[in-house]
Amino acid sequence: MTKNITADDIVKEENLVYKKTPVLTDNVMHYCPGCGHGTAHRLIAEVIEEMNIQPETIGITPVGCSVLMYNYLDIDMQGAAHGRAPALATAVKRLMPEKFVFTYQGDGDLAAIGTAETIHACNRGENFTIFFINNGIYGMTGGQMAPTTLPEMRSSTSPYGRDVKMMGNPLKITELVARLPGTYYVTRQAVHTPVNVRKAKKAIRQAFESQKLKKGLSLVEIVSNCNSGWKMSPVQANKWMVENMFPFYPLGDIKLEGRLLNKE
Amino acid sequence: MAKVKGSIIVDRENCKGCEVCVVACPTDVIRLAREVNGKGYHFAYMENPDACIGCANCAIVCPDGVITVYKKKKV
Repeated sequence: MTKNITADDIVKEENLVYKKTPVLTDNVMHYCPGCGHGTAHRLIAEVIEEMNIQPETIGITPVGCSVLMYNYLDIDMQGAAHGRAPALATAVKRLMPEKFVFTYQGDGDLAAIGTAETIHACNRGENFTIFFINNGIYGMTGGQMAPTTLPEMRSSTSPYGRDVKMMGNPLKITELVARLPGTYYVTRQAVHTPVNVRKAKKAIRQAFESQKLKKGLSLVEIVSNCNSGWKMSPVQANKWMVENMFPFYPLGDIKLEGRLLNKE
Repeated sequence: MAKVKGSIIVDRENCKGCEVCVVACPTDVIRLAREVNGKGYHFAYMENPDACIGCANCAIVCPDGVITVYKKKKV
């Protein structure tokens, strides 16, 4: 005999399967509806909770949409000058080598103004983790063209689409740093569907685990959407991302345990 | 009927109505409400609560982490 189960029977502490992690604060995120930053923040917070490293983690915030990340994660965080998060993370990690240090940077921060810091930190093989959120646009300042903007992609400074003859080619900085000897784990993930979120969480976990091994830098790129900058609804933006971003920025591991996987 | 039954609690005031959970739900449980919350967003709610299987797909894609999931086995 099955009796009808009402919502009150289900909503009990012992039946809980998922709730927001306590590493995230109760502050409401300022991100636009549907922005991948929120999911990425939550995944990092969940991994910190699972590894039980909340007191030992130091995060470095970038300049960009995620500059206020320290309001949302209940860990020690430090703000860096625009693009200089890897340099600051180097200092923090060298002074406190037993701590878990990560930077969280957008594509304007990591791939444009901070290219030098990123490449040199990767080349030196500093033992911290970089989370790189790539949405192909400068989101915070109004959707201008970034180095990662796709060819023919419209932005507020390339309203007729990015003309690669005039504006140059998009920069695949993740593939670039994967070829440097200092990186240990380099991967590209996304957070728009449940499957991708689970994979991205595994990658974030692996990045923190490889930091323990002290073998080099780990970089996790998360291809994300910018529905306000792309001028689409969140669901449309995710669809557009699958159709246009993923062929150019294919998902998956690029470098595993210091070994470059042989795929373009 | 499924052997497990689930239920979600949406934090209405913090939901931004991005619809990502609506697309992620495999059993088509969630819809956006006609009314709006304090910020003017159409929040998500359970339109079809009987179909929920408590898979937590909606919660893990929610950018704002406003969904709490409960699941119970049927007796």
